[in-house]
Amino acid sequence: MNAVLQYTVQGLAAGSFYALAALGLAVIFGVLGVVNFAHGAFYMLGAVAAAVLLDTVGMSLWLALIVVPLLMLVFGMLVERLLVQWLLPLDPLYNLLLTFGLTLLLVDLVKRRYGVSGLPYERPSALDGRVQVGGVGLPIYQLFVIGVALLVCLGVWLLMTRTRVGMIVRAATERPELAGALGINVGRWVTPVFGFGVALAGLAGVLAAPFRAITAEMGSDFIIILFAVVVIGGLGSIVGAVVGGFLVGLVEAFGQAYAPTFAQVLIFVLMAVVVLARPAGLFGREEATA
Amino acid sequence: MNKRRTVATASMVMAGVLVTAGCGAGGPAAAGGDFTDDKVVLALLNDASGVYKDVSGPNSKIAIRMAIDDYQEKYGEEAVVDDIEVTSADHQNEPDIANTKAQELYDREGADVILDVPTSSAALAVATQAKNKKKLYMNIGAGTTELTGGQCNKYTFHYAYDTWMLANGTGTVVTEEGDKNWQLIYPDYAFGQDMVKSFTGAIEAGGGKVAGTIATPFPNDNFATYITKAGAAKPQVIGTMHAGGDLINLVKQYNESGLKDQGIDLAVGLMFISDIHSLGVEAFEGTIFTDAWYWNLDEKSREWADRFMEETGDRPTYAHAGNYSAALQYLEAVQAAGTDDADKVVAELEGKKVEDMFLRNGEIRAEDHRVIHDVYLARVKGPADVKEDWDYEEIIKTIPAEEAFRPAAESGCSM
Repeated sequence: MNAVLQYTVQGLAAGSFYALAALGLAVIFGVLGVVNFAHGAFYMLGAVAAAVLLDTVGMSLWLALIVVPLLMLVFGMLVERLLVQWLLPLDPLYNLLLTFGLTLLLVDLVKRRYGVSGLPYERPSALDGRVQVGGVGLPIYQLFVIGVALLVCLGVWLLMTRTRVGMIVRAATERPELAGALGINVGRWVTPVFGFGVALAGLAGVLAAPFRAITAEMGSDFIIILFAVVVIGGLGSIVGAVVGGFLVGLVEAFGQAYAPTFAQVLIFVLMAVVVLARPAGLFGREEATA
Repeated sequence: MNKRRTVATASMVMAGVLVTAGCGAGGPAAAGGDFTDDKVVLALLNDASGVYKDVSGPNSKIAIRMAIDDYQEKYGEEAVVDDIEVTSADHQNEPDIANTKAQELYDREGADVILDVPTSSAALAVATQAKNKKKLYMNIGAGTTELTGGQCNKYTFHYAYDTWMLANGTGTVVTEEGDKNWQLIYPDYAFGQDMVKSFTGAIEAGGGKVAGTIATPFPNDNFATYITKAGAAKPQVIGTMHAGGDLINLVKQYNESGLKDQGIDLAVGLMFISDIHSLGVEAFEGTIFTDAWYWNLDEKSREWADRFMEETGDRPTYAHAGNYSAALQYLEAVQAAGTDDADKVVAELEGKKVEDMFLRNGEIRAEDHRVIHDVYLARVKGPADVKEDWDYEEIIKTIPAEEAFRPAAESGCSM
């Protein structure tokens, strides 16, 4: 029983990274129709930026959690303005290739500058240690990660459902033709939405910094699982990305605990089962994937 | 008159031919007969951009250059060959790429020796090529004992370290110091499986037992659950067989897990100083591991490490130092043989006792081509004890050469 509680927390913590990043991926796909292959690289950049800021100006994790996503927002908007927007009118494949190329470039630049062994990162001492819950010591940092992820997801959900901007973005995500027909100018939201999606990936990266090896390659496996997450949740579905993220985190943790050899396969088995039962994913709409 | 002139000219030509031939036979310039292409080519084959780049990578080329410089300075005019080249290729840790690259290096680039080759499966592919092409291969980067065991061959030598040596050091000593009950976590591929076998043998020999083993996917970034599982069995020590980025992930998540506070130690199977440098000494404090060489061992190693640092900006790992030593000993053997003919060079190397910056009490064993030398049991210092950058290790024990490596009689190698 104790172990089950531990696995659950570990699964939700891992799921937090997936949920945050997948949320960004879903928003970008929804509004721009771009399958952003560079999302894993943006996650990596978030972690690298946190490590570099800690090393050079001594920026703590607390501040990095705000500053790095802002930097990533600006960076994302630049990427959209300078590169992505030119290919938007063309077949979506072009942007897939562009973001794939961008990944190779970013990974190589980081390797060139910071090597491959990774960067050190120290978290604030307030997040060290464990809390005792029913006789089980749960790492404070994992609980913190889960808390931040839930808060941000809730914030994004409120933004999407309670604000005008959110409604426009949601309309554009879920019923793009209809939104256009109603005279909503989707175009002006394209750049900030792309930046916002990139910022979410960056935030996941900052949260991962004290917990995972900060290397140029850290996004490579991550992006593959992330695609599984958005397929399970439903491509372009915001709720689906979050639920899918936590679900995959849990499947991974319990898979590792009870069927270690199949842990990674299990995620894709889950994906296959979901797609067979609901081709558009758990929360996807048939039209959304069209 | 005409006749005389002809005779004179002919004698001059003859004399010229004789003089040239004479010079050639005596001097280094005419090594043509004894050296293929009039030169020696050393080829570095390793990971130029992936997970093992910092462990060895392009900086090993600089280490090999340093060996050539030292050879040339030592022998000067007496050197049997003037033209010594270094070439390199990236095998991306893939056995099939390593296989193709090794053929290209031997055939097209005229390599006389291939050096390094981390990743055991890639190393075994190169060893097979060395055997087929009858050219030398000096392995530094790969850890599998197969190279000097079942798959040994006349043209392959194994430097620096191997899984038996790591297990014998860390596994035996940690067990003898009182951590008898082990859980092993390992990446599920050739190297990890080999390490588990070696460690189990060493732990049992030291009077301990391996209560459980956990295989993890490779590569992997989430080890939290595996660590919880290993800790749930209440061992005295968890031994990890992971390397590079996987090791860093695992150590971060072990520190997170609270097992340290419960008195469950972490022993690391394979670690390089570049790993400690990248994650920071705090994370690894107190971790025990076996080191083939340490840059701050003594004057001799430090002097070399200073030179290396001037060129690269980093302190060397033992893979860098091993590449230097292997290149130097290869050139010494060429010097002694007076040729780059592989069979003659091998004959020079076999059974040779060696002492250099890297090899202490070294011997190139003739029976299985294992290069034995003193190795060290090290403990990672705490942040307070670190006096300068890269000063991370406290050497707690020197394991003498003849105890450090698998005895030749047990290798199962027949050349």
